[in-house]
Amino acid sequence: MVDLLTIIISKYNYWGYIVLMMIGLYAMIVKKNLVKKIIGMSIFQTAIIFFYVSIGMKKNATIPIISHGHDGGEHAVHAVDFINPLPHVLMLTAIVVSVATLGVALALAIKVYQQYNSLEEDEIDSQIKVK
Amino acid sequence: MSQHFPAFIIVIPLIAAFFIFTAGWLKRTYCFYIAAVALAISLFSSFGLLLQVLQNKVVVYHFGGWSPPWGIAYRVDYLNGIVLVVSAAIAFLNLIATKKSVEKEFIERVGPFYALYVLFVTGTMGIVVTGDAFNLYVLLEIASLTGYALIGMGTEHAALASLNYVFMGTIGASFYLLGIGYLYIATGSLNMFDIASILPNIFQSNVVLFAFVICLTGLFIKMALFPMHTWLPNAYTYSPSPAISLIAPLTTKVMVYVMIRILLSVFTPSFSFKSMAVNTSFVWLAVIAIVVGSILALSQQSLKRMLSYVMIAEIGYMVGGFWLANRAGITGAILHIINDAAMTLCVFLVAGNILYRVPGDSFDNLKGLFRKMPFSMGAFVVGALSIIGVPPTCGFFSKWYLITGGIAAGHYGFVAALLFSSLVNVVLFFRIFEIGYFEPFGDLHISGSMDEEEKTFDDAPLGMLVPLMIVAAGLIALGIYTDTLVTKVIQFAIPGGIS
Repeated sequence: MVDLLTIIISKYNYWGYIVLMMIGLYAMIVKKNLVKKIIGMSIFQTAIIFFYVSIGMKKNATIPIISHGHDGGEHAVHAVDFINPLPHVLMLTAIVVSVATLGVALALAIKVYQQYNSLEEDEIDSQIKVK
Repeated sequence: MSQHFPAFIIVIPLIAAFFIFTAGWLKRTYCFYIAAVALAISLFSSFGLLLQVLQNKVVVYHFGGWSPPWGIAYRVDYLNGIVLVVSAAIAFLNLIATKKSVEKEFIERVGPFYALYVLFVTGTMGIVVTGDAFNLYVLLEIASLTGYALIGMGTEHAALASLNYVFMGTIGASFYLLGIGYLYIATGSLNMFDIASILPNIFQSNVVLFAFVICLTGLFIKMALFPMHTWLPNAYTYSPSPAISLIAPLTTKVMVYVMIRILLSVFTPSFSFKSMAVNTSFVWLAVIAIVVGSILALSQQSLKRMLSYVMIAEIGYMVGGFWLANRAGITGAILHIINDAAMTLCVFLVAGNILYRVPGDSFDNLKGLFRKMPFSMGAFVVGALSIIGVPPTCGFFSKWYLITGGIAAGHYGFVAALLFSSLVNVVLFFRIFEIGYFEPFGDLHISGSMDEEEKTFDDAPLGMLVPLMIVAAGLIALGIYTDTLVTKVIQFAIPGGIS
């Protein structure tokens, strides 16, 4: 039991992203409203962005600008003093991608609404079957 | 100049997309020509790259002069050299072949259509050429987003089908991204070959195991392997025909390429095949995909939907062949990426030609088509025979390699599934030949006259027929030159140590 607690507490960032990801996945699978599904998709992508941001973090380290280091950048640079900026930079791209995905999904949702006058999957399905 | 070919392949279409979009406002006729020039340069560059690869083995291009593992490196070897040429050729031929039908279908939206078309090609070619795992994700999303938009431009239930594809596609791509994240935790690198050099020391790590599982799951969703295939049939059925003859040959085949690349070059065969011991399970997954895809194809009543299910079965061929983990099987899988892309292009172009002249593609609309559109249907026969696997068309040879691999691996379930699927394909396509050739039954004999409309020769315009004929001839040429292709290119794409 103590072991389990240690695992949960020491790796809380992973648990956080997994919980968020499952919320997103749940919304995408279970919800019948298309906009709710799109929100779920957005949460799902954000969870992965959180994951990446959290893995760049280090204890007792500062932002990766040399003059912000412990000795003001006077001496040799120690990687231990700075958090890893690379995952954060990668996520700038991933954020752009997820915004673009959201845009495309919402545009399609508007098109769906214009066509069927509804965003509920049940109602759309029944309309398709009638035809 | 020639040292910049890897950059040209994606940069030229990327820039062209902006010009096309602007030209769409000024003068719509320019759009096609800008796209054609951009894709021609892309095709020329990829051909030049393949020639360089044949001479110097591997071409590595450092983007912006930053050397890997810090910068993004584009890397072309035997495996992606050939896939590049095939993808570029398909994109170019399809662009030429669908000019008339784009003008007819997207009267005012020609500009956006061609801009999306060229961006899709940028993404797809980028996926193939890149040597950086994260860059691959970005280009994958470029290709997917433009794909969603292109499919969403269609009629009927296109928007809904495309939205479902967005959900599935996003889950797939996000899983891939997550897997790359875990690989980054384990190795601290994003360059595929740098990762490959670090990984062997930490093969026992659970992080690597998780990265492997989650990457593969994402890729399986993206390539529509059987249980994750649900987005494909609707999206492909309702999409506009000029877009689908681009998306269908490229998307899933390129994803199979990515799987092969990740497993052979990043995880290396010793991990993927030996330590994991999942080969047999994945081959069985592929067997199920082949059988279920074929059976579902039998129950369809319209041409494009039937072809979509045939494609789901074909994905099973490639995935199964690869996981047989022997030389013949992997050769078959790589060869089938090329052949299946060409075959799919051929049959979907014919579907586009049919829809250009006939109101719909359900089987009722196909009656008497051999009389009305002899050239298009002739090309369809070649494409269909190739999918069935009749020599000398190319489909026969890749199936031959796959079956040889299946027997060598002792996996008779896979062999049986391939033969079963071939037989089902015979039924599927000969049913269409029958409808197109012999129906309406007996009209000539009983009443002595046919419907005036059905009797007249009314094939698609020459601009659509000539590229189609080139593709159909290409299927036979690919079949005849299979031996050259395998001995000169594909056998070097498979790393040593696989017998």
